Amino acid sequence: MIYALIPFLPLAAFLILGLAGWRITDRAHLVAVPAVLLSLVLSLATFAEVASGSVITVPLYTWLTSGNLDIHIGLSIDRLTAVMLLLVTGVSSLVHIYTIGYMHGEPGYARFFSYIALFTFSMLMLVLADNLLQLFIFWEAVGLCSYLLIGHWYERASACAAATKAFLVNRVGDFGFMLGLLLVWFSFGSLNYRDVFPAAQESAWRTMNLLGLFGGTWEVPVVTVICLLLFTGAIGKSAQVPLHVWLPDAMEGPTPISALIHAATMVTAGVFMVARLSPLYNLSPTAMDVVAVVGAATMVMGATIALTQTDIKRVVAYSTVSQLGYMVMACGLGAYASGMYHLLTHGSFKALLFLACGSVIIALHHEQDMRHMGGLKDKLPITYWTFVIGSLALAGFPLTAGFFSKDDLLVSAWSSGTLGRVLTLFGLLTALLTAFYSFRLVFVTFWGTSRVDPHHAQHVREPSRTITTPLVILAVLSIVTGYLGIPAFLEPVFSTQQESVAPHDGAAFVIMILATVMGLSGIAAAYYVYVLNPHLPDRLARQWSSLYQGSLHKWYVDEAYDRAFVQPTCTAASGLWKRVDVNVIDAAVNGVARAIAWGAWLLRLVQSGQTQHYALAMALGIVAIVTVFVFF
Amino acid sequence: MSVPIHYYLILSACVFFTGLVGVLIRRNIIIILLCVELMLNATNINFVAFADYFHDLGGQIFVFFTLTVAAAEVGVGLAIVVAIHRSRSTINVEEFNLLKW
Repeated sequence: MIYALIPFLPLAAFLILGLAGWRITDRAHLVAVPAVLLSLVLSLATFAEVASGSVITVPLYTWLTSGNLDIHIGLSIDRLTAVMLLLVTGVSSLVHIYTIGYMHGEPGYARFFSYIALFTFSMLMLVLADNLLQLFIFWEAVGLCSYLLIGHWYERASACAAATKAFLVNRVGDFGFMLGLLLVWFSFGSLNYRDVFPAAQESAWRTMNLLGLFGGTWEVPVVTVICLLLFTGAIGKSAQVPLHVWLPDAMEGPTPISALIHAATMVTAGVFMVARLSPLYNLSPTAMDVVAVVGAATMVMGATIALTQTDIKRVVAYSTVSQLGYMVMACGLGAYASGMYHLLTHGSFKALLFLACGSVIIALHHEQDMRHMGGLKDKLPITYWTFVIGSLALAGFPLTAGFFSKDDLLVSAWSSGTLGRVLTLFGLLTALLTAFYSFRLVFVTFWGTSRVDPHHAQHVREPSRTITTPLVILAVLSIVTGYLGIPAFLEPVFSTQQESVAPHDGAAFVIMILATVMGLSGIAAAYYVYVLNPHLPDRLARQWSSLYQGSLHKWYVDEAYDRAFVQPTCTAASGLWKRVDVNVIDAAVNGVARAIAWGAWLLRLVQSGQTQHYALAMALGIVAIVTVFVFF
Repeated sequence: MSVPIHYYLILSACVFFTGLVGVLIRRNIIIILLCVELMLNATNINFVAFADYFHDLGGQIFVFFTLTVAAAEVGVGLAIVVAIHRSRSTINVEEFNLLKW
């Protein structure tokens, strides 16, 4: 039962802070931080236990049993889960500590801590789930927490809009996920992983007619449909094209939450889900190809957008989109272990980059536009050096964690077949772009002359210890996680369909060299453009105006969605309001009231108050009654 | 040789309708009370006529009751008229419209 404490400690912290937060206020970290740290310690213990390859299952609670529908809440811990536990609790702990400094003195201090504790709990339950329904419940809970946290500063209209956007966009994906769950239940009669996987194996040949309703025939393997529907959920949660639009807007939330969303919780859920359900995905080559192509598209798109953004958090956000594309692509090519490996290393250096961004932002009094930065490397030495380490890892600089994982990922992708080879080329191109934009960020923010508002310029100094300590720890992790042999550790989990590993050493070596060259030349290009020729960017922007504008406006995806979905919805809603609501529903309600008032007015005429009128009415009544009585 | 019953009934009907019309159209509340008396007496005529016709004294006994009740009613009625006159200084029924909505 001790394993159950891993998720339930953060839950307890959430409950305490949620119920008594108004009393605890600025001592909230005394509740949340120990809970998450303890959970981290327990995760380490659990990790040591399952490292031998054993699988721990802890049935917690039977929710409902009806016929052969048996829904329970349970924990299942294998190597994949254990690694995720470490990532989630590790990053979450550091974010908790960082929050103490970052949110110090904010009015919503206790509320913020209660939400991030709930966020951690939800994500832990998601990775610990032993059945699809539990995965789905906490999948939704994670979405809810992200909504609450992105909208933490709810008095800002933009934060509310971003929170709503995140929630709605995720909703689109979750709908597909839910359909996938239903189809799993109908096809295999169970939602438990250990029942579904063998059942899927046996009935891999089954097909369903997708056009049956319309009288056509389009036979598609059931597993493919299931995988694609479930992947829709991952598209939403992991911010893949075309549902990536919510993630950069999520920057409206406080920076610690950006780090948590981008590194450990939320966006990793989609990749984790695909990896967890790898036995299903392995049965459907079509779905795998779709996953890989979507991942690759996301990877390229995110990187190209990140090139021109000026908000430092947005650059990092688009780099997350791009890196998630790498992971999803790897999963789609069957290289689950490489995808998860990259997820873990990315978790550490992306959390680092975000927290370092937050440190810069707080040092500059909430300035996020990098055009108003520059020359900060002497004033913020710790932030600068940790940021550089994070960027090196992101760019795949040799001997950092990002180098190993990206290299491993590209090599696995290359060895997975023709599609893999094509996508590897895109991966290499993206590696170049990644290196370029991450060092653009470094050079523009920290080098050159200061463009900081002179008002704040004298006050720029390194933030408190609670902010810098997590940065240093994460910087160490951004290098160390590369040397832990994670792919080999995870490989047994994804045992099937990995016979094609053992890449040709020659090809692997060439790819490694190429990836390194790409990374280095990206860094060099950024140095050339932003340090040696500071006027070059403007000239390039003018010269390649359409490309520049496209990238700056995120390839107009938001605008397209606005035209295609948001505006028609608003138009339809206002039409319904002005026509149907006012003219039909309101008119009906008011009409009934008016008819009654009019009838009452008529009846009121009878009631004159004159006794004689009443007497006349009585007399006439008697006459009428007698007439009827006598003559009929 | 007695008077035929329908003579009485026609007389009674005439008196009753005189009273009824008086109640319905007159404005003066005293006159209205008088007209109510007329209607009561019209019924009394009927009672007596039928008592004679059926050789049954019950009708005549009923008339006494009617007279008694009518006396009481007039007493109450006049008392109300006095009270109304004191409070509103009019006995025109058209001005008594407190029952109106």
